[in-house]
Amino acid sequence: MNINLTLIAQAISFAILIWFTTKFVWPYLLNAIEARQKTIADGLAAAERGKQELEVATQRSTEVVNDAKQKATSIITQAEKRASDIVEEAKANAKAEGDRIITGAKAEIDQEVNRAKEGLRQQVSALAVAGAEKILRKEIDAKAHADLLTSIANEL
Amino acid sequence: MATGQLTPSEYIGHHLSFNQKVVGDTGFWVLHVDTLVTSALLGIVVFGLLWWVVRGATAGVPTKRQAFVELLFEFVDNQVKSIFHGNRHAFIAPLALTVFVWVLVMNAMDFLPIDIMAIVYGWLGLHEWRSVPTSDINATFALALAVWLLMIFFSIKVKGLGGWIHELFCSPFGSNPLVWPANFAFNLIEYISKPLSHSLRLFGNMYAGEIIFLLLGMWAATGLAGTIFGALLGAGWAIFHILIVCLQAFIFMMLTVVYLSMAHESH
Repeated sequence: MNINLTLIAQAISFAILIWFTTKFVWPYLLNAIEARQKTIADGLAAAERGKQELEVATQRSTEVVNDAKQKATSIITQAEKRASDIVEEAKANAKAEGDRIITGAKAEIDQEVNRAKEGLRQQVSALAVAGAEKILRKEIDAKAHADLLTSIANEL
Repeated sequence: MATGQLTPSEYIGHHLSFNQKVVGDTGFWVLHVDTLVTSALLGIVVFGLLWWVVRGATAGVPTKRQAFVELLFEFVDNQVKSIFHGNRHAFIAPLALTVFVWVLVMNAMDFLPIDIMAIVYGWLGLHEWRSVPTSDINATFALALAVWLLMIFFSIKVKGLGGWIHELFCSPFGSNPLVWPANFAFNLIEYISKPLSHSLRLFGNMYAGEIIFLLLGMWAATGLAGTIFGALLGAGWAIFHILIVCLQAFIFMMLTVVYLSMAHESH
C-alpha cells in the first residue's frame, strides 16, 4: 500500500481520458442535445404561434360573418324601402296620369260642349232667321234686318 | 476454494498483492501493472464505447443507446450546473463525466467474484492480479492529485498568481497582517486535506469492500454449510455494494466539481 510510480502513470492515463472526453465525447453529445432542444423549443413556439393565429382567424371570421349579416340586413331593409318607394312612386304616377287623363277628358268635353253650343247657336239663329223670314216674309226685307239678327245671334 | 490449504492471512495476502514491476532501485520506482492495465483497459473500452455512441449522435429522435448516454450526460450536467457557474461545457462538465464514468467502472470491477477471477487470471498466466484499480491507493491518489493540480491551475488562471497568493494569506480571516500566519496555516491544511480526503474516501470504501468479500469467501473453508452461508452473505454484500460503488463514484465526481468550482470563486 505504498505510494509509487503507479501514481504518476495513473495520473497520465487520467489526463488522457479527460482530454479524450473533453475533445471527442462531450462536444458531440452537447451539440446533438442542444440542437434537439432548439428544435423542440422552435416547435413549441410554432405551435403556440399557430394557436394564436387560429384564435385571431376565428375572431376575424366571426367578425366577417357578423359584418356580412349586418350588411345583408341593411340591404334587405334598403330593398324593402326601395320597393315601397317604387310602389309609392307608381301610385303617385298613376294618380297624376289619371288626373291628367281626367283633365284632358274634361277639356275635351268642354270643347265638345262649346262646339255643340256653337252649332246650336248657329242653328238657333238660322231657325230664328227662317222663322222670322216666314213670319215677316211680306213686310220685312230680309236684307234690311240681317244686321239686327246677326247681333241677336251673337248675344246668344 | 482453490487456496484451501492456505492460512486465512495467506489467502487474503495473496488476493491483496499487486502484480508489481520494479523499474528503479528505490521503493518508489515500482509500477502496479494490474492497476494500470485494468484501469487503462476499462477506460479504453468505456470511453471508446461512449465515443462510438456519440459519434453518430443525432439531434433528431435518439436511438436507445444514445438515449442512455444522454441520460448519463444530463445527470452529470445537472450536477455540474447546480454547483459550477461558468462555462462548464469547456472543461468542468466533461471532466466530471470522465471522473464519474471511469471511477464507476473501476469500482464495478469489485462485483467480479474474486476467486473465480483469480482462476481466469491464472489461465492468462497472471498469478498476482488485483481486479479493482480503485482499491489501490495509487490510483485514487493519482486522480485526487490530478484534480488538486487542476484546482491550483484554475485558481491561478482565474485570480492570477498574485490573486491566488493574496487569497492564501488573506482568507478566510481577513487581510490584517496579524492574521496572515493563521490564514496561511488554514489554507495549507485545506490544500493538504482536500486530496487526502478525496482519495482516501474512495480507496477506503473499495478496499474495505474487497476485504469483506475475502472474509466472506473464507466461510467456504469451513465446509458445505459454511459455503452456502458465505455465498448468501456474499450475495447480500454484493447487493449492498451496488450502492457503494455508485455512491462513491458519485461522491468522487461531486467533490471534484466542488473543489474546482471553489477554485473559480474569489473570496
